[in-house]
Amino acid sequence: MSFYRKLSFMALSTAAVALLAATPADARVDGDIITLGAALSLTGKYTTAGNHTKKGYELAIKSINAKGGVKVGGKSYKLKMKFYDDESNPARGAQLAERLIKQDGIKFMLGPYSSGLTKAIAPVTEKHKIPMVEGNGSSRSLFNKGYKYLFAVLSTANQYLEEAIPMAAEYAKMKGKKPSSVKIAMAFENDPFSQDVRLGVIEKAKKFGMKVIIDDKLPPEINDMASTLNKVRALKPDLLVVSGHSKGAALVIRQRKQMKVKVPLLAITHCESAKVNDAKKYGKGAAEGTLCATQWAPDMSYKDRVFGDAPNYTSNFKKAYGYVPPYQAAESSAAVYVYARAFEIANSFDSAKIRQALADFNEETFYGRVKFAPEGNNIAKPMVLRQIQNNKYVPVAPLNAAVGKLQIN
Amino acid sequence: MIDNFLLLFQAPTVAVQTLIDGILIGAILALAAYGMALVWGVMNIINIVQGELVILGGYITLTLANMTGIHPLWTVPIAAVVMYFIGYGIYKIVIHRVVDEDMFISILATFGISIILQQLMDQVFGADIQSADTGFDSWGYLDDAITLSQIHVISLVIVIVLATFLVLYLKRSKMGRAIRATAQDARAARIMGVDTDHVYATTYALNAAICGAAGSLVVMTWIIHPFLGLAYTVRSFLIVIVAGLGNMVGVIIAGLGLGAAEQYASFLIGIEFRVAFVFLLMVVILIWRNILLSKERRYLK
Repeated sequence: MSFYRKLSFMALSTAAVALLAATPADARVDGDIITLGAALSLTGKYTTAGNHTKKGYELAIKSINAKGGVKVGGKSYKLKMKFYDDESNPARGAQLAERLIKQDGIKFMLGPYSSGLTKAIAPVTEKHKIPMVEGNGSSRSLFNKGYKYLFAVLSTANQYLEEAIPMAAEYAKMKGKKPSSVKIAMAFENDPFSQDVRLGVIEKAKKFGMKVIIDDKLPPEINDMASTLNKVRALKPDLLVVSGHSKGAALVIRQRKQMKVKVPLLAITHCESAKVNDAKKYGKGAAEGTLCATQWAPDMSYKDRVFGDAPNYTSNFKKAYGYVPPYQAAESSAAVYVYARAFEIANSFDSAKIRQALADFNEETFYGRVKFAPEGNNIAKPMVLRQIQNNKYVPVAPLNAAVGKLQIN
Repeated sequence: MIDNFLLLFQAPTVAVQTLIDGILIGAILALAAYGMALVWGVMNIINIVQGELVILGGYITLTLANMTGIHPLWTVPIAAVVMYFIGYGIYKIVIHRVVDEDMFISILATFGISIILQQLMDQVFGADIQSADTGFDSWGYLDDAITLSQIHVISLVIVIVLATFLVLYLKRSKMGRAIRATAQDARAARIMGVDTDHVYATTYALNAAICGAAGSLVVMTWIIHPFLGLAYTVRSFLIVIVAGLGNMVGVIIAGLGLGAAEQYASFLIGIEFRVAFVFLLMVVILIWRNILLSKERRYLK
């Protein structure tokens, strides 16, 4: 009766596995330590941004712990992070999320870097009903799946370069032309984030009746975009919009200068991570006049209890890591902060209660106001557009946050 | 796609610019490809780590230029020399153990080295996108409708000088003769008193030096990143299978041709299909070569 023997063996081993899986359920809060889990891109194509994310998380945890930690039920808890390297690979990210939840007993997840990875991990956290607060996945497709446990502190990807369109309209008016006469050239990487940025731009352009004359998709392993710039030179658009993470930003800045391509307005993402105003990398003034989309800028005036205001956060970050925090770091810190506040508001470690606290969250952080839509995206914070003027970032849009005026060369 | 095609005729300057860009890119690709052809021809190893050696050369230039403040152009020979020794080291540590083995094993070994190098570069130099500015301008013609970047032209000149040097080295020098002899028949060369192990080491080191110089040019003309090496490996591979082994002129022509074809392809069918185009071309050429080969066999029967 080997069949029955097999069957009973299987039943036994299943029970054993179930038991094993059940034991570490309390690992999330161990003594006075709350462990947050994360998959981080420490190698692979998102290494740069992945490290910003990691530092953002670490600084927030350090700062919160230094301020007395998280108070739940009259007791003070310290935060800790458990993370694995996801190699910038979505499939790996999903595996690691399973591992964090099932093996390590993590009950509170922080997001990975990039929309692609968040998209891979969200179904896992959703399945296990584990809240995930993330600051680095802004693709719209994350917020139309009906996820209940996903909360993003950042503005969605489609908002990134939207502001460039009213700007182009303004430019047309300055030239005595109609906004609908504006011609737009676009080059977006073929990934969820950049394609969402593209959709936002297209939708906004439609409202003004503007025409898209170039619509290129950049491959992920791009190392040259001369052919796109060549088209731009021949077709003379008024506005060139490019988004392809750091690589796309670096290439357009470098090759625009090399090829002497003149376009009145250039709007891109990832200026900070590509360090586009670094003269050693791209030459003097290579990025002059470029409009850069940013989630957050160090000179903004938002405040919270732990970090003080944005300039204060910036100086703390600089002291710890030796460079000015890019927004990828700030939004990661904000995610940890929001989590910590949610524990306090819920006054419990029950997932459902914490989820509710997050859903009702409405507070200002050093990163901007955070209030989640039912879909999980932050609807209280606008995107900022900064122009590089005399090699410095000057916020020019939206108008209420603007420090300087748009310059056209 | 049709629009793009028409644009080539409406604005002929675009067609010219595409050709120029393609050729200037192709020159650097040809350099890396020649190194690959050398290793392949002499040692029967497909060097998958080629692209990482290129990127590493770029990082050497970048580090030297940032640390000492000298103009990046002067670091091209230094990068080549440093990479020569790194190549020698890689040979002594790994390659000499697999050089007489099956090709599959050497592919695995070099693939492994490429992963190690990627991660090492990531750890040592960081994962930021890097580039080094040379301060050179571009020449513009017809009211800047056609531009010629000076650093690209200088790169082309350097590639030509290096290629000439290599051809002369292989033809005239004693070591060059030994390398050619080993490529023809390693066993016979050994019987004739050629120290083939030394020849292999020199060949591999020479290839690394070539890659170092190429990488140095890449960081001055485009961008580098620890994980961008594959682009150069794939293109080198393609150029070598088109041009054949041990054919310097063929490699250069194939390199320039691939550069131009790639530019036209990404202009016409869209830049997102650029890499797909390279792979498609590779498959087509491999099939074509196979057909030619099978014909030959039939003839011999």
